[in-house]
Amino acid sequence: MHTELELVTAPEVPIEAECLSPAKIKGLSQSGIEHLEMMHGNRKVRVGDFFRVTGNGQCSLRLEGDLSRVKYIGAGMTEGEVRVNGSAGMHLGAGMSGGMIRVSGDASDWVGPEMSGGRIEVMGNAGHMVGSAYRGQRVGIMGGEILIHGNVKNELGSAMRHGLIAVGGQAGDFVGVNMRAGTIIVMDGMGVRPGAGMVRGTIVSFQPVELLPTFSYSCWLRPTFLRFYLCHLGQSGFEVDDAYMGGRYRRYCGDSVEENRGEILVLDAR
Amino acid sequence: MAENSVELRIKGGKVYDPANGIDGEVRDILVRDGRVVDKVSEKARTINAHGMVVMPGAVDIHCHIAGPKVNLSRKLQPEDHRLDVHPGTEVTRSGVGGVTPSTFATGYRYATLGYTTAFDAAVPPLAARHVIEEFHDTPVIDKGFYVLLGNNMFLYDLLKQGRKQDFKEAIAWWVTAARAAGVKLVNAGSDEFWKGRRNDNVTDVNEDIDPFDLTPLQATAAFIEAVDELNLPHPAHIHCNNLGHSGNVQTTLDTMKAAEGHRAHIAHVQFHSYAGELGKRVQTGSEAIIDYINTHENITTDIGMVMFGKATAMTADAPLTWMLRFKDTKWVNADTECESGCGVMPFTYQDTNYTHTMQWAIGLELFLLSKDPWRVMFSTDHPNGASFQTYPRLIRLLMDRGFRAEMMKNVNQKAISTCLLPQLDREYSLSEIAIITRAAPARALGLVNKGHLGAGADADITVYTDDENREHMFNAPRYVIKAGKLIIEDHEFVDDHIGRFLHTEPEHDPAIEDQIRPFFEDYYSIRFNNYRVDASYLHDHEVIPLRNSGGKRKKGSK
Repeated sequence: MHTELELVTAPEVPIEAECLSPAKIKGLSQSGIEHLEMMHGNRKVRVGDFFRVTGNGQCSLRLEGDLSRVKYIGAGMTEGEVRVNGSAGMHLGAGMSGGMIRVSGDASDWVGPEMSGGRIEVMGNAGHMVGSAYRGQRVGIMGGEILIHGNVKNELGSAMRHGLIAVGGQAGDFVGVNMRAGTIIVMDGMGVRPGAGMVRGTIVSFQPVELLPTFSYSCWLRPTFLRFYLCHLGQSGFEVDDAYMGGRYRRYCGDSVEENRGEILVLDAR
Repeated sequence: MAENSVELRIKGGKVYDPANGIDGEVRDILVRDGRVVDKVSEKARTINAHGMVVMPGAVDIHCHIAGPKVNLSRKLQPEDHRLDVHPGTEVTRSGVGGVTPSTFATGYRYATLGYTTAFDAAVPPLAARHVIEEFHDTPVIDKGFYVLLGNNMFLYDLLKQGRKQDFKEAIAWWVTAARAAGVKLVNAGSDEFWKGRRNDNVTDVNEDIDPFDLTPLQATAAFIEAVDELNLPHPAHIHCNNLGHSGNVQTTLDTMKAAEGHRAHIAHVQFHSYAGELGKRVQTGSEAIIDYINTHENITTDIGMVMFGKATAMTADAPLTWMLRFKDTKWVNADTECESGCGVMPFTYQDTNYTHTMQWAIGLELFLLSKDPWRVMFSTDHPNGASFQTYPRLIRLLMDRGFRAEMMKNVNQKAISTCLLPQLDREYSLSEIAIITRAAPARALGLVNKGHLGAGADADITVYTDDENREHMFNAPRYVIKAGKLIIEDHEFVDDHIGRFLHTEPEHDPAIEDQIRPFFEDYYSIRFNNYRVDASYLHDHEVIPLRNSGGKRKKGSK
């Protein structure tokens, strides 16, 4: 059983809908859900003004329609499931600590900020600042998984502290900037300056990467841990080449302007 | 609300008005047209204050609430704002909070603590315009600032040449031109060291400041003397050299001795009361400092207490910020042309940390050992020691030794075991709190109509519910009346108010401008004619009278 919400009125300006999360709707009646408040620009509106609600409040939430102007879907969720059939707006899963979000289309900027657990899966592309710290904060996501099957833009996983971010397509510039720890895997290449200012953590690329001069070559290796990660990603629908599994990786240490304890692993083409 | 501005009768409250010798007496306070009066008509609106505590509005003598340095801090800490939204109401505007709230939120949050007047303690003349504009958007409270002159190169040049009279005239010109309420010295001489010797700082107050043939101590003494002789309402407001260094007790004592014979205000003295050896662990030096202050009538001081939690180092003491900066934290240093420097750095005081615990304890010790509340005033040097939003908790620490003991259990034990604090069991009375937060700052600033509730005083009044838990009590006044208007009623804002701008205007010989102009045209980035803050910036303002101008100062309690 799930609760279904279909976006029937397209919002002119973005909606901030922190209420679209299982924890907020669980146990509510259909009209209770329709009466939940959200912000449409600077005005308070009701869920029922924009969504057609079917069913009462369940732990599983299905959202239909083009929600690219609906922000904060699944914000603060601790359990349950949100499936978006279409695209999702900014701040998807902000501050979530458990549960699962799956978006069949694209997601916008700021996927999973301040996340500490749970899983976000986007089948399409995502915007800038995926899994990143909010501006001014020293530490980004503290755990959980963000899986993007398409491409992402700049500053993927900035200042992340823990967890896994995987991108099936390409990533923009500054992947893992100021990263504290955790793992970022990008399959189809990334822009310039990956790992700038990283303290610890692992960034994996299967394509050649242009590195900063503050990264230095240390050795090559065949990391065992990566095979587990890749098996896991393969089960989640990523295309994992055999060459990734058994391949040799060149390990670069950095960023030496920080503690030089981070690493970037680049698949050796040979 | 028309009925708001006319007449009020605050009935039956316990009044604490130490400037008029009233200590908890039950009486009515009458208000008409923004003033406290002896008589009101039958039509006056009655506010029932039975069982409540009535005090004048509080006056913050030392804080940092406006100008470029505060904006730097706001820009540095977006995370602080995002987590503390200050929503608007029907009558008030919205903003954001955090350690350095936005302008609107600053005014409202001061008001919700019962503060109705505040003075920004460090404004370089170049920033005066900006500060006054921000003040205009800082609601409810009356406000003013002290102008930074302690590292002004032109003034140092005059001292080097021994031109004492011109020096005095120039100070008066600068105070008038910037529309300041007082003169602030910050780590006198240090900017030359910092700018000229690659981030160096003054370590010895008797070392010459290159190229001025002048020691920091001589410079400080010259300012103290000039400000006193100019009869400015507030004496020279001094941030001594060597702030925050172990062993700075001696520097602070030297500075106070240099003030002998003249009035001087030593700012945030907690940061200057550290014994021990330079570079080694801080030890408490509170006894030596407070003994000197207790026995020397010419010195006034505010404590600059530390409270655990988020703060922001925000100072014109640029070399200090340079020294304190850590890898991994955000910090800004700035140079303000020929007149000052600046440093801003977000900072967190931790109760597990030895030094931070020491600082917290020294602030309390200074208060508990103080003999004259009229000269030892309340401040946290907001936001340096703590945000002003921690005042209620600090007041409770002063008033409640049980609470103090409770808190002492959870701080760094190594530090607390070397402190005097565990042996001190003094508790401040409500009357003493009224002195250190209201009457004394108003008197030290020459504000004859503030800090008391006698006839003719500004009707800035706070009414608190009498609660055993003084933190709860001071955190939420039941009523706040500002300039005769009811602003907060039953803990809710019912009206808005734009406070007044307070400044002073010492007399000076206009010929001094001809001396300053050439220096200015040579070395400054703006034209001399654009430097002075013109009258169009003064909307609702009040000139604080000079000490010799016949503006009779109120006598204290007998």
